[in-house]
Amino acid sequence: MKLLIKQGHLVDPANNIDGVHDVYIASGKIAGIGNKPDGFKATKTIDAKNQIVIPGIVDLCVRLREPGQEYKGTIASETAAAAAGGITTVCVPPDTDPCIDTTAVAELIHQRATAAANCHVFTQAALTQGLEGELLSEMATLKTQANCVGVSNGLKPVENILVMRRAMEYAASCDMTVFLHAEDPGLSNNGCAHEGVMSTRLGLPAIPESAETAAVSRDLMLIEQTGVRAHFSHISSANALHMIAQAKQQGLPVSVDVSIHHLHLTDLDIGFFDSNCHVIPPLRSQRDKQGLQQGLKQNSIDVLCSDHQPHCADAKLAPFSATEPGISGLETLLPLSLRLVDDNILDLKTLIHKLTVAPAKILGIDAGHLSINAAADICIYNPATNWTVNPEQFTSTGHNTPFTDWELQAKVSHTLLDGKIVYQSES
Amino acid sequence: MKQTDIQFDQNGLLRHFLTIDGLKRNILVDILDTAENFATVGTQQVKKVPLLRGKTIVNLFFESSTRTRTTFELAAKRLSADVLNINIDTSSTSKGESLLDMLRNLEAMHCDMFVVRHHQSGAAHFIAQHVSPHISVINAGDGQHAHPTQAMLDMFTIRRHKKDFTKLRVAIIGDIMHSRVARSEIHALNTLGVPEIRVIAPNTLIPPATDSMGVHVYHDMEQGLKDVDVVMMLRLQHERMQGALLPSEHEYFETYGLTSKKLKLAKADAIVMHPGPINRGVEIESAVADGPQSVILEQVTNGIAIRMAVMSMTLGRQKSPEGNAT
Repeated sequence: MKLLIKQGHLVDPANNIDGVHDVYIASGKIAGIGNKPDGFKATKTIDAKNQIVIPGIVDLCVRLREPGQEYKGTIASETAAAAAGGITTVCVPPDTDPCIDTTAVAELIHQRATAAANCHVFTQAALTQGLEGELLSEMATLKTQANCVGVSNGLKPVENILVMRRAMEYAASCDMTVFLHAEDPGLSNNGCAHEGVMSTRLGLPAIPESAETAAVSRDLMLIEQTGVRAHFSHISSANALHMIAQAKQQGLPVSVDVSIHHLHLTDLDIGFFDSNCHVIPPLRSQRDKQGLQQGLKQNSIDVLCSDHQPHCADAKLAPFSATEPGISGLETLLPLSLRLVDDNILDLKTLIHKLTVAPAKILGIDAGHLSINAAADICIYNPATNWTVNPEQFTSTGHNTPFTDWELQAKVSHTLLDGKIVYQSES
Repeated sequence: MKQTDIQFDQNGLLRHFLTIDGLKRNILVDILDTAENFATVGTQQVKKVPLLRGKTIVNLFFESSTRTRTTFELAAKRLSADVLNINIDTSSTSKGESLLDMLRNLEAMHCDMFVVRHHQSGAAHFIAQHVSPHISVINAGDGQHAHPTQAMLDMFTIRRHKKDFTKLRVAIIGDIMHSRVARSEIHALNTLGVPEIRVIAPNTLIPPATDSMGVHVYHDMEQGLKDVDVVMMLRLQHERMQGALLPSEHEYFETYGLTSKKLKLAKADAIVMHPGPINRGVEIESAVADGPQSVILEQVTNGIAIRMAVMSMTLGRQKSPEGNAT
């Protein structure tokens, strides 16, 4: 099939393109940008006039819930949600059930993702066996035989610092990136809300900022010592971001992402116990939100991600601290990110860079750009469609979002995966 | 404010009583005045008024309690309501039934009010959000969040002794961090116009943003007690030695226990309060707890009147539409 995307405004930071160009697609690959390849005859044309055409989004942290928690979501349902959000590549943390500490689990996920054919799915291998923080997983095997793109211990902190050192040393010798969830479990002490005005007022068990900064500081020491390539996931506090930015400046091989909800919400949004605002790491103070936005401005945040965690309704129907943390975020990632451009925090090209080529680079994969002969993974969105978030209309089976009733601009109209249309909006 | 709306019905009348946070002064005064009317019922030969005849009130206690549960029960009975006591220790809820399922079952038995005590902050709000429209919910203590009827009975006791809130200096001493009573008291005292509220405790027992609630933090009890009109003690849970919050009960009593000697620093007519149950020799000396300035037992008696007031206001809305509009 030969596909022509006509008259769209193309934004491809990797190739420094920002302008109206036709995109020619043949055999699932980009055949031409602007210039029609010889003998190209489109079998289908997408009119992208007044629309923006970008590389398909690469999301660093997406839980598909399969295997283990299929009542919350499946590989088929959540990759379809990714497609609806303009996301063509997702990276799955290892905390499935069973976790990804054997090649069998990784292969199962890859097979089912291939069958669903909505989105490319990459997996992170468990850093320690059973994510228990004691014994190293078979990282080398998981990399070479199951194509895992990094190692991580999910949301479970590795408490034993010696184990962490060894895991980093071993990952470094496997040439694998370690993805880190920065949390000191002693300091977070089973808390569920940021330690501040709201936790004090509502009497909620609190997680201090130091639970994050202490963990970041510990891990930075070990990164420096072991030389491992490391990525800090979903940093939530301004101070932790500052520490990582400084380390990066000093030449440490570190990168960092922030979840989109931490750039839009604070602990005040919990109001009177809104369980949709229960996330880990917690929504922090206004000062932190501004600090993260500032960090985005100064380019100290490499990547924005959804930190997608779909839940069934029951998971959020309990008193706040008894609910499960997480937000179903795939379908709001792009419009919420674009809002940051409207707010003049960063320009469109820089934003698209942080949603596409930057995360692809961290995963070490060839994605996130529209070069000739690259896979035709493309997102087309209408920048001027106003819509109101209604989780009932999500493709994801997880309807848990704190953004219900938010007025957003920009809606994905088409998502292409290897040149095939995997999502097309109704309107 | 969307957040406090849940406490009111569409006519602006108090439907649930979950927290004092966000309630206006006139509502609190209304509760105190109504309680004043009920205070005499307990002293009459026939200790009953027929206000809530035919109504069924369920005391749903997920946490053990003697004083609060019995005063709620007495209050309901003096209003002629039928009372059902359900004590659920946490082990039986771990059988798998969710809180919501349990509520649906109780609703199916046509109850009119839930009085809820639960170990998780926000539990009463959660229940109020999910009950059918004809049911009222009263928070009898949720986690570390709120205990609004306790705070109101304390206000009632203070008003009886001190009349004017706007001239008072009040000190709250002890485990503010884990205390739902302290949080509700602070909101109530602020709303009623108390100009100076002090909290006295070591840093480990004071949440970090406490000053944002409109109080002054003291670590030195002798400084904190100086010239106060009301001394409100909090109970120290024995498990606070765990988690490295305090070294020992002995040291706590030495530094933050209320003794006759320390009480002399307060105004000569200062009253001493405690929500109970008291730990003699831990947070308070017996001589003070049983002394002339102590109003601890009055608090218990006043608890019945306050709970009658709140129950009749929330459940008796249809009958007396004037009264407590926002």
